[in-house]
Amino acid sequence: MTATSTPATDRAPDEVPARPDGSLYRRRALGLLVILGLLVVSIALSLMYGANPLPLDSVWRGFWAHDDTEASIIVWTLRIPRTLVGIIVGAAFGVAGALIQALTRNPLADPGILGVNAGAGFAVTLGVGIFGISSAQGYVWFAFLGAAIATVLVYVIGASGGGSASPITLVLAGVALAAVLGGVGTFLTLIDPETFQRLRRWGVGSIDGTNLTDTWQVFPFLIAGLLLALVLSGALNSIALGDDLAASLGTSIMRTRVLGIVAVTLLAGGGTALTGGIGFVGLMVPHIVRWFTGPDQRWVIAYSALAAPILVLLSDVIGRVIARPGEIEVGIVTAVVGAPVLILLVRRSKASGL
Amino acid sequence: MSILQRQTGTSVDFGYATRSLRTRWFSARVPVRILTVSAILFAIALGSGVVALRFGDYPLTLEQVVRTVTGGGQSFHRMIVLEWRLPIIVAAIVFGAVLGIGGAIFQSLTRNPLGSPDVIGFDAGSYTAVVVVMLLMNTRDYWSLASAAIIGGIATAFVVYVLSYRRGVQGFRLIIVGIGVSAMLGSINSYLITRADIEDALAVGFWGAGSVSRVTWSSMVPALMIFGVICACSALLAPALRRLELGDDAAVTQGTRVGATRLALIVVGVSTTALVTATAGPLGFIALVAPQIARRLTRSPGVSLLSAAAMGAVLLMGAQLLSLVVASFYRPIPVGLITVCVGGVYLIWLLVREARRHQTTSIA
Repeated sequence: MTATSTPATDRAPDEVPARPDGSLYRRRALGLLVILGLLVVSIALSLMYGANPLPLDSVWRGFWAHDDTEASIIVWTLRIPRTLVGIIVGAAFGVAGALIQALTRNPLADPGILGVNAGAGFAVTLGVGIFGISSAQGYVWFAFLGAAIATVLVYVIGASGGGSASPITLVLAGVALAAVLGGVGTFLTLIDPETFQRLRRWGVGSIDGTNLTDTWQVFPFLIAGLLLALVLSGALNSIALGDDLAASLGTSIMRTRVLGIVAVTLLAGGGTALTGGIGFVGLMVPHIVRWFTGPDQRWVIAYSALAAPILVLLSDVIGRVIARPGEIEVGIVTAVVGAPVLILLVRRSKASGL
Repeated sequence: MSILQRQTGTSVDFGYATRSLRTRWFSARVPVRILTVSAILFAIALGSGVVALRFGDYPLTLEQVVRTVTGGGQSFHRMIVLEWRLPIIVAAIVFGAVLGIGGAIFQSLTRNPLGSPDVIGFDAGSYTAVVVVMLLMNTRDYWSLASAAIIGGIATAFVVYVLSYRRGVQGFRLIIVGIGVSAMLGSINSYLITRADIEDALAVGFWGAGSVSRVTWSSMVPALMIFGVICACSALLAPALRRLELGDDAAVTQGTRVGATRLALIVVGVSTTALVTATAGPLGFIALVAPQIARRLTRSPGVSLLSAAAMGAVLLMGAQLLSLVVASFYRPIPVGLITVCVGGVYLIWLLVREARRHQTTSIA
């Protein structure tokens, strides 16, 4: 019935009983092991690969030595900042996706697809083109503002039908919003070649070229967003049952929605300010995570925060490896990987019948 | 469904109000309202076209424009108006009409007001093909761009159709698959643009914003020939399109070869997008909006190709006029950006309205 429980229920309804039995706990523990293992592997790969690939042992030595050797400089000045950004931003987009899917009860929701990243990007374009902002510190406020407005707009459009919006209405509202904002943004960049030059790389979604100072500036907002998401996850479970039932269970629907939108804004806005917006991470990760966790939002959100960095880091490594000596930005890789996932989701009869 | 709701009067017209025209030799049913509305719309498009001829770096008065168009005027004015500005105006009207036709065909085939080529992602395919040809093969030749756009558009159409096929093609799936495919193509476009040097990238960026203002007669002549072919084909296919709206089974009983007709319609529909994309760049949302506004103006239950074409011409011409007016006191805005903004806002309005009407049921 509800979107969020679809992936579990259409596989085997009896696997998710009212009170989770041992097998679900085993699956969650196994999932946690797999996710943590993959996270370590992807961090290692992200530290090893690049224009100048380093073997694992020199990465290890460089990491601990922290001296003037080539390996140490590469690891500490290039790879570690980039990997950190990938982890933080990945968690942000993954949790933003899980939140927005739970809030809208829509399996196709994603900050990229719903135009939230586009809103943040548009506001940053305004900031750069008109107010001459040039640091991520300045970007971030514009990004928050844009993300907040876009989230609220998409939500209002989606909710205008009185009940919960159908997936396609929300997706189309996001696409339309992204198109309008993208159009105006394109105009702003085209009339000013300098802005165009500065933003054409940024808009693609890259975790390269973000320095640690910027990351630390945005970091508190992302952490606040993650914590807020975790706090809300219990209430989201009852929202999944429908507004009436949730209200009768004692959940304040209005408060959950408002705080949920605040969390999405912090996560997607902060992530976009740092990277320019990485699409489809928020779409894919919660769906994969539900294989392990079942529909319980508390677990989905926590696992998404751990699993999404894997996707971002691996996509980034792929982007670094396949186009050597150049690089492909991570946002392009996730779009090429993620669009087929969207197509697969919609081809499943359950999802499209919603 | 909507047909039944409209049968409140005594005579049943199935929504397409017609007058019978009988003479000794032949009789025909004339859809009066569609013809009237289309004629008025085309007149508006032509009128704003004449007004638009005034604007530019060398402003003319309306009187000078009219005198020049009707064959008089100074030779300098003749050159400005007929050689430089007229092709642009013709392009705006013709491309608007073509996009209207393409949108009407696809909305009718998918039986969904959102099933237009720009939403389904065919123009993203055309755009990618043109970007590849422009950046990787370094050519700006019209025929290479046009054929690339057509091949890219048809290939994307094919991929989207195959991917959304699962025991038939459902409107909902077609649209979401289209969005996914265009997201992928869009990221490939950005990749290519970020790799190009800044001048090429700006050129592609301007082209990608969609603009008719660089059109000359030399590129308009082939476009007009293709336009003629598209018009002829869609006129021939229009009756079959209306029968297909009844559903495949009903269409078969009326003697339509469903598979072949649908294929032909898809090819014509994709060619409309490809033609416009190759010549002017992607002009978003005209194809989405025009058939729907036309349908409301003509109060017909389905989309009609003629009125959609007329409405498309009005919309693109209007956007071009707006762009010229803004250029006269600010700076030129590519017309594609105006259509994207207006069309995007319209799409949002449409979604809100449909959501209100159906409450929680899907519009797909």
